[in-house]
Amino acid sequence: MNPFTYTRAGDAQQAINAFQGSPGPFYVAGATDVMQLLREDVYSPGTLVDISSLPYTQVEVGPRGARIGALARLADVADDDAVLRYYPLLARVLRETASTQIRNVATMGGNLLQRTRCLYFRDAHTACNKRRPGSGCAAMRGANRINAILGTSEQCIAAYPGDMAVALVVLDAHIQLEGPDGPRSVPVAELHRVPADDPAHDTTLRPGEIITRIDLPASRFAESCAFVKARDRMTFEWALASAAVGLEMDGGTVRVARVAAGGVGTVPWPLPRVEHALIGKALSAERAAKAAALSVEGARSAGDNGFKLKLLPRVVEQAILAAGGQA
Amino acid sequence: MTDSNNPPGRRTGARAIVERALQAEQRDEDEKAGELVEQAVRIDPDEVASVLQEQSSTPSAPIHAGSSFAIVLTINGQRHELMIDARTTLLDALRDRLHLTGTKRGCDLGQCGACTVLLDGRAVNACMMFAVMAEGHDVLTIEGLAADGKLHPVQKAFIDCDALQCGYCTPGQIMNAVGMIRAGRLNSDDEIREGMSGNICRCGAYPGIVQAVLAAMTEIAE
Repeated sequence: MNPFTYTRAGDAQQAINAFQGSPGPFYVAGATDVMQLLREDVYSPGTLVDISSLPYTQVEVGPRGARIGALARLADVADDDAVLRYYPLLARVLRETASTQIRNVATMGGNLLQRTRCLYFRDAHTACNKRRPGSGCAAMRGANRINAILGTSEQCIAAYPGDMAVALVVLDAHIQLEGPDGPRSVPVAELHRVPADDPAHDTTLRPGEIITRIDLPASRFAESCAFVKARDRMTFEWALASAAVGLEMDGGTVRVARVAAGGVGTVPWPLPRVEHALIGKALSAERAAKAAALSVEGARSAGDNGFKLKLLPRVVEQAILAAGGQA
Repeated sequence: MTDSNNPPGRRTGARAIVERALQAEQRDEDEKAGELVEQAVRIDPDEVASVLQEQSSTPSAPIHAGSSFAIVLTINGQRHELMIDARTTLLDALRDRLHLTGTKRGCDLGQCGACTVLLDGRAVNACMMFAVMAEGHDVLTIEGLAADGKLHPVQKAFIDCDALQCGYCTPGQIMNAVGMIRAGRLNSDDEIREGMSGNICRCGAYPGIVQAVLAAMTEIAE
């Protein structure tokens, strides 16, 4: 780990000032991902600006909406009774995220911003356009079993690893930001960006911006939602493919469907074609399978990750049926 | 690094020794670094206190702007003042500076759980947290668990259920179990296995560990 200067900010303005006034600044909160990236010399910040003392830890949840502080710990949200009641999809995803120890420390905002698990991004000795723009992509012809099949480019096939963002896309969540140019709001669905020809930038955040809150609209899908996560072991592991589904049913007919996938895209991957194939239709095993088959439209295998072309539709199908109470 | 990033004031003896030790470490002069670290560990408490005072004398400035500084940690109810490099993890501080070696270093990446301690009653990986970030929180390590010479029910259950072989992961297993029992989130074998999944046991003593956690829960409930 290279030496750095440490600064602890007491409020957002102090944090932004410290960020703007320091060489090589980097925000840190729970530090669970940042610590790994520092140890592997993927990050070599001049200054770590610690924002964990900022007052954004509230978990305010009711039937009409939720305001969740970006510095709330994953466990605070996963174990909250109102979250379980009004946003069971979010509670379910968080309970299947990381380990007890990590959930007690990792923050909601930090979880959204976690970096890819691509083996080459995390190995500072290899070529990686995300870590060192222009150096190439060792994953293209390398061990790419965990990499993305959707949203990839000639420059990068790194998968976005998180699941919470996938659930938040289904739930139409927005994040609130503070930054050098003042506050603004961004839909979670527009937070992450596909690599295209600029893989170094994972998100649409501007330099110095801090996520302060995650807002959810009125409770939806509490009756009919599901999250299915396929991974190499039952627990404490990232998804190879995951699917979050929220349905509004009218008897046996799907009135509203929201579907998104994780572990397969370079960003949390919305599946509007799958949704359209469900809306207005009677839910059945056959209908779910037909809709789920559309999840891999435009997907590309890079070699080792080709199994995801078969895995993803099955995970999506399972999640649709579970959400509709037909699992 | 500019002056504005450093706390104002003189280069104290304590700070200078720490900085020299770190520079020696960077140059791989292990022996010299070791000696200097030993010196740093024995730094006059008054000097650390004076650095602490110096740091807190500018209330409007961000706290601890620097690459080495003094911190105060509360471990097992005891207050410790330390001069540290910014990179020092809570695990480094516990083991190498305070000689509380019951907390084990395994993977150093948050994957194995051998370094689990309680922070304000909740299980965390000490290797994944900078020591400075534990300031203002109560840290409980395996050394502080037994009260009045009497083993904690989880410690006793691990012995009774033979929930270990080599024992290296045991302090971390026990601390996570204590945290989860306190949180009241364990209601079945499956929940115990899920809750304990951040603690790896390479000897494979898992059946005994689940048994021990169940036994301790029963004892604590009674």
